[in-house]
Amino acid sequence: MDHILSIILFTPLVGLLVLLLIPSRNQRAIKLWANLASFAGFLACLPLVAAFDPARDFQFVEKASWIPTLGASYHLGIDGYGLLLVELTGLLGFLSILASWSAIQLRLKEYYASFLVLQVGMLGVFMAMDFLLFFVFWELVLVPMYFIIGIWGGPRRVYAAIKFMIYTLIGSVLMLLGILMLHLEHFRQFQIRSFDVAELMKTSLNGNLQWWVFWAFFVGFAVKVPMWPLHTWLPDAHVEAPTAGSVILASVLLKMGTYGFLRFSLPLLPDAAKDPVIINVMAVLSIIAIVYGALVSLMQTDWKKLVAYSSVSHLGFCTLGIFALNPAGIAGSILQQINHGISTGMLFLIVGVVYERRHTREIAEYGGLMRVMPVFTIVFLIAALSSMGMPPLNGFVGEITILQGAYQMSLNWAVWAAIGIVIGAAYLIWVFQRTMLGETAAKNRDLLDLSAREIAIFVPLIAWAFWIGLYPKPFFQVLDRPVAQIVERVRPGYHAAHKIANPLSGTLR
Amino acid sequence: MQHLWLIPTLPLAGFLVNGLAGRRASKTFVNAVAIGSVFLAFLWTVKTLFALAPLETPHIERYFTWIASGDLRIGFDFAVDRLSAVMLMVVTGVGLLIHIYAAGYMAHEGGYYRFFAFLNLFMFFMLVLVLAANYLLLFVGWEGVGLCSYLLIGFYFLRKSAADAGKKAFIVNRIGDFGFSLAVFLIFVAFGTLDFGQVFAKAASLPVEHTAGLLTAVCLLLMLGAAGKSAQVPLYVWLPDAMEGPTPVSALIHAATMVTAGVYMVARSATLFTRAPLALDVVALIGLFTAVLAASIGLVQNDIKKVFAYSTVSQLGYMFLGLGAGAFSAGIFHLVTHAFFKALLFLGAGSVIHALSGEQDLRQMGGLRSKIPVTFWTMLCAAVAIAGVPPFSGFYSKDEILLAAHHHAPWMYWVGVITAGMTAFYVFRAMFMAFFGSYRGRAHAHESPLVMTAPLMALAALSLAGGKIDVPRILEPVFPRGEAHHSPALVAISVGAGFAGIALAWLLYVVRPALAGALAERTGFLYRLLYGKYFLDEIYDALVVRPIERVSRVLLWRGMDVGLIDGAVNGAGNRAQGIGGVLRKLQSGYIRSYAVWVLAGAVLMLVTVALAGGGR
Repeated sequence: MDHILSIILFTPLVGLLVLLLIPSRNQRAIKLWANLASFAGFLACLPLVAAFDPARDFQFVEKASWIPTLGASYHLGIDGYGLLLVELTGLLGFLSILASWSAIQLRLKEYYASFLVLQVGMLGVFMAMDFLLFFVFWELVLVPMYFIIGIWGGPRRVYAAIKFMIYTLIGSVLMLLGILMLHLEHFRQFQIRSFDVAELMKTSLNGNLQWWVFWAFFVGFAVKVPMWPLHTWLPDAHVEAPTAGSVILASVLLKMGTYGFLRFSLPLLPDAAKDPVIINVMAVLSIIAIVYGALVSLMQTDWKKLVAYSSVSHLGFCTLGIFALNPAGIAGSILQQINHGISTGMLFLIVGVVYERRHTREIAEYGGLMRVMPVFTIVFLIAALSSMGMPPLNGFVGEITILQGAYQMSLNWAVWAAIGIVIGAAYLIWVFQRTMLGETAAKNRDLLDLSAREIAIFVPLIAWAFWIGLYPKPFFQVLDRPVAQIVERVRPGYHAAHKIANPLSGTLR
Repeated sequence: MQHLWLIPTLPLAGFLVNGLAGRRASKTFVNAVAIGSVFLAFLWTVKTLFALAPLETPHIERYFTWIASGDLRIGFDFAVDRLSAVMLMVVTGVGLLIHIYAAGYMAHEGGYYRFFAFLNLFMFFMLVLVLAANYLLLFVGWEGVGLCSYLLIGFYFLRKSAADAGKKAFIVNRIGDFGFSLAVFLIFVAFGTLDFGQVFAKAASLPVEHTAGLLTAVCLLLMLGAAGKSAQVPLYVWLPDAMEGPTPVSALIHAATMVTAGVYMVARSATLFTRAPLALDVVALIGLFTAVLAASIGLVQNDIKKVFAYSTVSQLGYMFLGLGAGAFSAGIFHLVTHAFFKALLFLGAGSVIHALSGEQDLRQMGGLRSKIPVTFWTMLCAAVAIAGVPPFSGFYSKDEILLAAHHHAPWMYWVGVITAGMTAFYVFRAMFMAFFGSYRGRAHAHESPLVMTAPLMALAALSLAGGKIDVPRILEPVFPRGEAHHSPALVAISVGAGFAGIALAWLLYVVRPALAGALAERTGFLYRLLYGKYFLDEIYDALVVRPIERVSRVLLWRGMDVGLIDGAVNGAGNRAQGIGGVLRKLQSGYIRSYAVWVLAGAVLMLVTVALAGGGR
């Protein structure tokens, strides 16, 4: 288990190297190999689940010197939060490659190569314990995603890809600036060059500096989440991206933003994070995202755009939970990030299924699909219910926990968030009605129901959705310590003051 | 351990078997699974209740911790006390009869297995709702029955009206759930737990003046939830539309069980409501207003199922009136008798519709008394029960409510009496229009098979004699009985109102049928107002639905998102281009140039930071 994280991280890369050796015209071999490699990558993630010890913080740690002059190192490790995101990435990375089998006909080799690079980048982001290493992976993700949208996307793919690139690059630059400020300040105080996150946490920053660094990070992370009003790249990117790209974008990439807030903004800048102005701004932006995203979603005529805007709304819940700054809010937020990965991933896959058959995403083009695609209808219904937070599915547990955390912070927050839930039900049930129920138009009469491969894509996601909904305990268990670490870092003594059992007390690191 | 979990799990198993294998299975197999699972659940309920008798204190079974995060700890726990025992008997008993009936009613419908799978799933969630030992688990059942209701209303999914009705039910219920979920959080914040036993114990131990404000808020929010589920003003509008579903669904979900969930929930929270007198008054007022409003609409409807739907809304209002007057056991008593006679009215209506090959319009019926006698006589039992004719079931429960209302505020009693008169009128109007006079339709009427008439007969017996089940006495350990308010005069007045209603219906629809039309002509505006259901759907549409659509589409999406935000971003780019010079490259679209800019920017900022002394 010593190098398990490196093994997981580089499995897709090994797959990529072999892939490059396969001749381009041998399309079947390329597809088979890409599926095999990503499946191996998924399998490699699984031992972590068994070996992970919820009573300890960062585990499977690896450290090697990387750029000694800068104090940057190849330093990997995961806590419970990282574990969940790595598993999510492993599963969805594989499923999105599996979902591309018949959808992608063009430049197969480049396509699958992009996905494998993407996989490395995403896994690295969630494993890196060195801030510079994190940044490298963060940027690494950008490139393949740009190509996936720009080459295999829809008619406006170039516009969407450039928009995606510009937004995220501006964010990255500011984030890098923040990282460098932290690095320099640390150097000034300790005379040691380091990008190690644990080391940087020792730096004492005055409030003013924390404030500026927070906003620098904010731009980087908020674009990625995306938080309102930095979200307008998202609908374009999603609509133009191929199905698998949308799935990865929604399920995993957006989580990099929330991950950044929780892993860096809060622990490194605790004073800024609990600044009332910042909390209020974050809450207002989150609430706007929740309600606004849901309302705009309601009015979409493009099925995929509807799902894209619903992401804005759902991620609003996640950021609201983060800035509740209490265990329920943060644990709920993390769980909801996973939930969003599962349910929105499914929703994008669902749009992909019909798009592949009819080559249109206009909701009005469909209707009455229940009659010709009964299995598909059930899958869509489960995905919609999971997304709208219907018990006993996963979304319910996440939303309820976030709401509870929000409630402790402010009644106002909870009320607005609850309104978002009502509208969330409305747009999903409406799109379900418009596409699945009613008379089947002639053009939809001959649509084929899900194939065995398509069913195989949905089954693990549905199973996971039920698991979290019915028995979320293991998930909360692995999150206990990381969440407590963040809360205690930002608000020392929180558990004691609120008479909640502190998961950190009594055990050594 | 009495294995309470078996009660809901049996129908769940039925759902899974039929859902997975029913498509290819025979109807006999589907029937056996669906009806058998509910029958077993019924048997297990009876067995459990016998084993637990006399059940004066709640019996609780804790299975596992469901959600545990920070100080939030929710168990997957079931509990049964006498209140849930009554509910269990109603749900499994009436549910069983309706399942049997449905086997006959749905025999020629497509999607047979799907129907029964959903019906079983509904039973599962309803039983979870009743058995839940905390608010969150109750909420699971609550949402689940809503989902099944949605699925079953839209069962004839090819019809747009059915799909629309399902959507409306779902969304209106969600508005109610918004209130419910906020109430749940308030309860948690206030008491640190959601467990019924602990919440009520803590609420009871705190001095009233400390908690009145909080509990009032909690109870009003709970009532919002109840108004959604139990179709009360202002959220009742979904229930009449819900009649698009197959008739057994109307009987089971939209009359006997699910719609009473709000009544059950408020009764369950009686400890909280009695400490929030203001909220209790609101409950009574909403109940009373709903009762009279819906009854008045029911007076003029011509669709037999719509008449009974408005009647259901009205009768649910009665139940809330009872709860609000502090007579919780009277409210539950009426819930029980209503389950008998309203299920019977719907199943009878289904039998009529079945006999006439789908006709639902009362104007196309008439004279069916001799053609479908079993349906007629059984429905008549329900009609006398709901009209409050002594000594049948509705008489007892309605009187308990009216007397409590009189004790609470005499004017409420009088409004209740007027409503009772209207109730008797519209039910007998429907009976006379359908079964008396001469046949006005074209279809060939035929009596339903035994599988349908047998449940009718069983329910008829319950409607007639059900009043003898002294529910208030059964519930004494849960709701201690205050002093009895006996007043023969008040009873006589309300019974008189019922008879007056019947007599008027007799006069207008049997003796002088022309008079009814003339009356409608004469009272043109009022008639149109009632027939148009006070145009509430149109008002909601104009005041709520369309403004939301417009704001979302025009202001938020087209205006804010595409116009303002994107416009600003693109505008900035364009202006930069217009100025020309270096910034122009920013929009060139070449990754290489972006990379250069990123690098340059980073270097620039690094230098700035370094010059500024590391940010100081």
